[in-house]
Amino acid sequence: MMSFLQSVPFDQILIQTLNGVVTGMILALVASGLTLIFGIMDVVNFAHGELFMLGAYVGVVTLAATGNFWLALVSATVVITVLGALIHVVVLRPLLGRDPLTTILATFGLSLVLQNYALWQFGPVARQIPEPFGGHFNLFYLEYPWYRLLIAGLSGVIIGGLWLFLKYGSYGIWIRATTQDRIMAQAMGIPVPLVLTSVFAIGSGMAAASGVLFGPLVGVNAVMGLDWVLKAFIVVVVGGMGSLGGSILASIFISLLEAYAALVVSPSQAVIVSFVALILTLLFRPTGLFVPTPK
Amino acid sequence: MNARHSVVYWTGFSVVLALLIVAPLVLPEFWRRFLTEILIWGLLAMSSDILIGYTGLVSFGHSAFFGLGMYGAATALIIHRPPSLWLAIPCGLIAAAGVAAFVAYFSTRLRDIYFAITTLIFSQIFYVVIFTWTELTGGENGLTFRRPPLEIPGLFKVPFNTFSLHWFVLAVVVGSFLILRRITRSPFGMVLQSIRENETRTRAIGYAVERYKMVAVMLSGLFAGLAGVLYAVQNQFAAPDFVYFLVSGEAVIYNVIGGVGTLAGPILGAAFFLLLREGFSRFLTEFYLIPVGIIFIAIVIFLPQGLLGFARRWLNR
Repeated sequence: MMSFLQSVPFDQILIQTLNGVVTGMILALVASGLTLIFGIMDVVNFAHGELFMLGAYVGVVTLAATGNFWLALVSATVVITVLGALIHVVVLRPLLGRDPLTTILATFGLSLVLQNYALWQFGPVARQIPEPFGGHFNLFYLEYPWYRLLIAGLSGVIIGGLWLFLKYGSYGIWIRATTQDRIMAQAMGIPVPLVLTSVFAIGSGMAAASGVLFGPLVGVNAVMGLDWVLKAFIVVVVGGMGSLGGSILASIFISLLEAYAALVVSPSQAVIVSFVALILTLLFRPTGLFVPTPK
Repeated sequence: MNARHSVVYWTGFSVVLALLIVAPLVLPEFWRRFLTEILIWGLLAMSSDILIGYTGLVSFGHSAFFGLGMYGAATALIIHRPPSLWLAIPCGLIAAAGVAAFVAYFSTRLRDIYFAITTLIFSQIFYVVIFTWTELTGGENGLTFRRPPLEIPGLFKVPFNTFSLHWFVLAVVVGSFLILRRITRSPFGMVLQSIRENETRTRAIGYAVERYKMVAVMLSGLFAGLAGVLYAVQNQFAAPDFVYFLVSGEAVIYNVIGGVGTLAGPILGAAFFLLLREGFSRFLTEFYLIPVGIIFIAIVIFLPQGLLGFARRWLNR
């Protein structure tokens, strides 16, 4: 028994737990935008990963111009929010009321366009976003950067802000009313098209913010969105489509699973673990792992 | 009326077929290969039309079937000496059918968006497996091999050139078209179309909807695998890029451009897409997807039935 306990690498497990929670919080930020868009307007946004990636690039450009990370974060969020509103008006509004599958097709086309636009503008070489501050603390043999803990916290704050807005803000109540019954909301005088556009814009802005926050960890390139949109899809389904709390829990769950799997196999193979989690969820609990069973 | 329809239909079919047979004789080398490639991608798109157009299931996982057909054929061509075409085809088909059975079992319990996401995730699983299992699949580099000769045992045996390859591919694609057309017009095909129109009612009438869907996915996967085998034979390599979900996305694009539920439409869509790609990549190099993507979005919004959509009822009569 003792020798078994000694063979378990507790230090590595702790480090991976921390890594898993940090990536989980960023993933939660991406996925909550996606789940908001799906829950409210039945749009499966294939281009969400590209908005994440473009946000990171806007961050890179602003950072190069001003040198201020926080300014880059804000400007990326604002620019991509406006872009999101534009995309909704031009591409998705004409599809309103059609089969939700057509929105998959349109946003898939959009993701190809945006991804190749980024490749064209910024080239194939990954850009770096330096960490805004460099402090470390000691964790066993590792120097763990404070920045990582900060982004986890910041993601939590943004998601919390969204939740408060949806719960108590008067525009938030408009959004929830539109989710519940679009026609009734319209009858009560809520400008539904405007609500839908702003929801898409908010979701886009959240993707952009997570792109900038995540940039310092891996570097920014044109195809970074693909991995994230796949992961966010998994999270949204595992967490229960349209459930905000569910997708946050599922993000952390999936990221932890992948982080622990990475102790045993290579990181590229660890992805399979989350795929399997998704398939098992769909088979045994298709409404999502973290939502109450519908009666 | 009916007799006139079939006269017009089969006349049109023969004219197109005759043009495709004669085409390599007048086209230069590059366009000859290009036409062959259109036919192969058209076969992939046609196979996914069985799901998208006739059963109402949008599959984002056809790259897995295509890729496994490719790798199955590649393995047979590498292991068996001398390389044999008639061994490569069944090996590719068995690999694709195995994967299709696996995917079908799990994914057909789900509908709409969930089906699309599940098939996408499955194809990514196979992508990761192929990408990381370097000893068997060559990993990122893929596999290269020699092209087998075209032979009918005991009759003749000639090495492929661009002419005979085109005619061989054409024969396979046309054969597949006729088989698929027959299937979609059979009672089985009618049940699939009724699932597309109203799944609940189909179940209420007493059809085992899940079983029909499962067979549809497997059938579709089988023909996608056949396209993979043809692609492997034409290009003499198998690479993990072809298992990546963007290939499935392209198959969906061909369908939407050409018109779902028409069988002929997806081939036209593939031709349209590949010609656009060729045209734009002349002056935009690899960024051709920017204008092509915009055209695709415009088609989704303004022409949801696709190029052949106006003739859909007529083509299926």
